[in-house]
Amino acid sequence: MSIDRSVANLVGDAALPRKNGELVFQAPWEGRAFGLAVVLSDKGEYEWDEFRKNLVGKIAGGPEKTYYERWLSALENLLLEHGVVTEEELSKRAAEYAALERDPVF
Amino acid sequence: MSDAHHHHDHDHDHGGHHPEPPSEVEARALALESLLIDKGLITSDEVDRIISAYEHDIGPMIGARVVAHAWADPEYKARLLSDGPAALKELAIDYPASTRLVVVENEPGVHNAIVCTLCSCYPWAVLGLPPTWYKSAPYRSRMVSEPRSVLAEFGLSLTDGVAVNVWDSSSDVRYMVLPERPAGTEEWSEEQLASIVTRDCMIGVAKPRVPAESTTR
Repeated sequence: MSIDRSVANLVGDAALPRKNGELVFQAPWEGRAFGLAVVLSDKGEYEWDEFRKNLVGKIAGGPEKTYYERWLSALENLLLEHGVVTEEELSKRAAEYAALERDPVF
Repeated sequence: MSDAHHHHDHDHDHGGHHPEPPSEVEARALALESLLIDKGLITSDEVDRIISAYEHDIGPMIGARVVAHAWADPEYKARLLSDGPAALKELAIDYPASTRLVVVENEPGVHNAIVCTLCSCYPWAVLGLPPTWYKSAPYRSRMVSEPRSVLAEFGLSLTDGVAVNVWDSSSDVRYMVLPERPAGTEEWSEEQLASIVTRDCMIGVAKPRVPAESTTR
C-alpha cells in the first residue's frame, strides 16, 4: 500500500486534521470516510484532484460542519456526479442504518 | 443483533452491538461504504488497508512516541504512569477530557493487555483506529477467559511465572500498555525506539522486537 503524497499533502484549510503530524480521526466513521475517498481515487473512479476541489469547495462553504462531515459530503457529491451511486439508494440505505435494520458496525 | 448482550450506555465512539441508532452522519458513511461494496467497487479490506497505511506508515503513532520518551526518561515515565493525560500534554499531545487514560506498565513477571469486553472502547487518541480483531467477539470474550491462549495465538508465549493483567476498557477509562524496553537498545535515540513500538505492543498482544541487523553491529 503506497502513500500518495497528494493525499498526505493537502494544504491550507483542506489539510488533513493532524496532531504532531499524525492523522487524527475523532470517530471510526471519519477513518472509513477517509479510506473510501482514497481507495476510490486509487481505483480510478475519479482523479484525486477532482476530490480535492470538491473538498475545498465544501470547506469554503461555511464553518458549521466538522472537517470529515465536509469530507463525506464532498465524496457523496462526487460519486453522485459520476453516477456511481444515486441519491435514492443512498438515502434509503442510510435510513436502514438509522433504523437499525442494518447492524451499524464500523 | 443478539439481545444476549449486556446493556450498556457507553458513548458513541465504538463499533458493534450498539444499542443506539447511529448518528445521521454515521448512517450516511455506513450507507456509502456498504453500497460501494455491494456494487463490487471496493472491499472493506481495501479500506482497512488504506486507513492503516496512512495511519501507521506516515510516521510513528503518537503512542509510540510517548513510550519511547518514557523509556528514555524515567521521571517522565513515572509521571506518565501516575497521570496519563497530563504526561501527554507535556509532549503537546491533547487527550480528550471526556475519558481517562491509564497507562499500565509491563515489567519482568507482569504482562498487561487491553480489551473492551462490551464493545470496542479503545484509546483512539494515542493508538488511532482499533484493528478489526480488537472488535471481534472472540477476542473480546477470550482475552478475559483465556488470555494466555489468546496471546500465544498472537505469537506471544508467556511462561507460567509471568502474571497476566487484562484491562477492560470502558467509555470512562481507556488503557494503554507501556511495553518493556528490549535489551540492546541502550544507545538508541527516541526516534529509533519509537520505530519498534507497534500498535500491538501497546495493546499488549506483542512485544517490541529489535531487528536482527541492529543487534549485530
